[in-house]
Amino acid sequence: MTVPYPRYLDAGEAALVVEFGETADPAVNAQVRALDEAILSLTLEGVRETVPTYRSLMIHYDPLLLARKNLVAAIEQIEAAHPKPREPKALWMLPCCYAPEFAEDLFRIAELTKLKPERVVALHSGATYRVYMYGFAPGFCYLGGVPDALKISRREKVRPPHPANAVLLGGGLTLVSTFAMPTGWYVIGRTPERMFAPTRAPIFLVEIGDALKFEPVDAATFAALDARAAAGEIVAKRKPLR
Amino acid sequence: MTALRILAAGPGVTLQDGGRHGYLRFGVTAAGPMDRLAFATANAAAGAKRNATAIEVSLGGLELAADAAVSLAVAGGAFRIELAGRPLPSAAVATLEPGQKLAIRPGDAGAWCYVAVAGRIDVPNMLGSTATHTRSGLGGISGRALAAGDVLPFAEPRTIEPKLATLDAHWLARAGTTIRVVLGPQDDYFTKAAIAAFLAGPWTLSARSDRMAYLLEGERLAHAKGFNIVSDGIAFGAIQVPGDGQPVVLMADRQPTGGYPKIANVIGADLGKIAQLRPGTQISFAAVTIEEAVAARRAEALALERPIPREPLMRTEFPSEFLLGLNLVDGVIADDAADEGA
Repeated sequence: MTVPYPRYLDAGEAALVVEFGETADPAVNAQVRALDEAILSLTLEGVRETVPTYRSLMIHYDPLLLARKNLVAAIEQIEAAHPKPREPKALWMLPCCYAPEFAEDLFRIAELTKLKPERVVALHSGATYRVYMYGFAPGFCYLGGVPDALKISRREKVRPPHPANAVLLGGGLTLVSTFAMPTGWYVIGRTPERMFAPTRAPIFLVEIGDALKFEPVDAATFAALDARAAAGEIVAKRKPLR
Repeated sequence: MTALRILAAGPGVTLQDGGRHGYLRFGVTAAGPMDRLAFATANAAAGAKRNATAIEVSLGGLELAADAAVSLAVAGGAFRIELAGRPLPSAAVATLEPGQKLAIRPGDAGAWCYVAVAGRIDVPNMLGSTATHTRSGLGGISGRALAAGDVLPFAEPRTIEPKLATLDAHWLARAGTTIRVVLGPQDDYFTKAAIAAFLAGPWTLSARSDRMAYLLEGERLAHAKGFNIVSDGIAFGAIQVPGDGQPVVLMADRQPTGGYPKIANVIGADLGKIAQLRPGTQISFAAVTIEEAVAARRAEALALERPIPREPLMRTEFPSEFLLGLNLVDGVIADDAADEGA
């Protein structure tokens, strides 16, 4: 069955879901980001906020200010021009400690991927990721671009809480957490950086669409960087790409 | 600076403003009031800004006092309100003299009640809002629920006339237990029979419900295409159906995205109605069109376009029967009714 995309799905009368596919595919996500950027640049009266996810864009709107048909017409006009998402503005180098006490599930990942732990770390830190979406909790960041050899399923059962700032792997994604919480992902490392710091500028470190790499650091470096990050400093390096 | 002092607070009493908007895309929950219309009614009656910080009182109840004379407006469910031991209607303006106690306890119906202030509760903005979201520790006082001993700094306290009044907020008396929904966005994950069963119910509101989600218990709903979807956005009132086939209505503290199919979404005009239902209540759903949902939303918005009618309550120790006998109260009501007609 072929479905013509985008599909316009209603989440009540005050939110419209524009769906570009059913799977978390990079090309689908690019369409989501392109529409998100275009709709925000229109500054349509009545559009309250947008939520880009892997394969759809949710547009929260006020139906008393903006009729659904006018919103859909604006989107159709955008889509008719086949917009492309912007290139990443920045490449973030995010310190990540893969030492055993920080990478609690590294040996399990090695078993599942049939790779040596060092190889897992080399692959994970060698790849360049894109920020697909945030979700789950403030600053909890979903990254696409995981090397095929590291594409393992999520856990069958939720594991006990990981620490804040744990770097996670599973379901074809890698993630950077912000709060300690039970998880269905595997813990592959930990960053000293805070992706979310409500009293710092910027509050959220990276933008959706940014590029990101993990830079391996040892436990001593982690401790030093963690202390600096706790004091409000940004310890990741940002390289402008444009 | 004067202050409101929390003398007692049951679990789940929080500070809320209009919500933390604009950060859903960063994973930040909007929070804000469970019953937006009741919240806006209380703020309007107190002469405060529409989205001003107010206290959201849960079934746990609340007792507070003020350092300086200040008027408060209370609106929401049918809670029991007492000012210095004197019962007040559940939608009222009350003026606290220093040291007097306002007590709010659950009454006959309703799950949430709002206390708005004539003035401004002065707590810090976090990401542009004071709304408390306890799960991420944002807003309110240190991101937590209120507790006995808390002191809420209070700017520009005012008293308003009449100092004691009953509010005619009849739009908060929402009758019945049928909740209107718009089907989707993932109603295609369910069979026609499952959608019919979903609408018909009956569903019992679980005692495990909270500001994040109202859990419904009833006959298990069957999925047609499995129960995992690639995570997408979640609107206020989204009804997702996880693997156990028991619907979950996502409320003010919902996460911004999620990975279960959403069979329907409660319409905006019925969010407050479902929010005010208590655990154990049996409900059903009725599917409406987008146009009907927008019309209901428009009708709801009209409620607060005009000043809320209020009737003064005589400040006296005399029993009301005695006052009625004197024809004092009648006269006051007649004057007020004349104003309304003007």
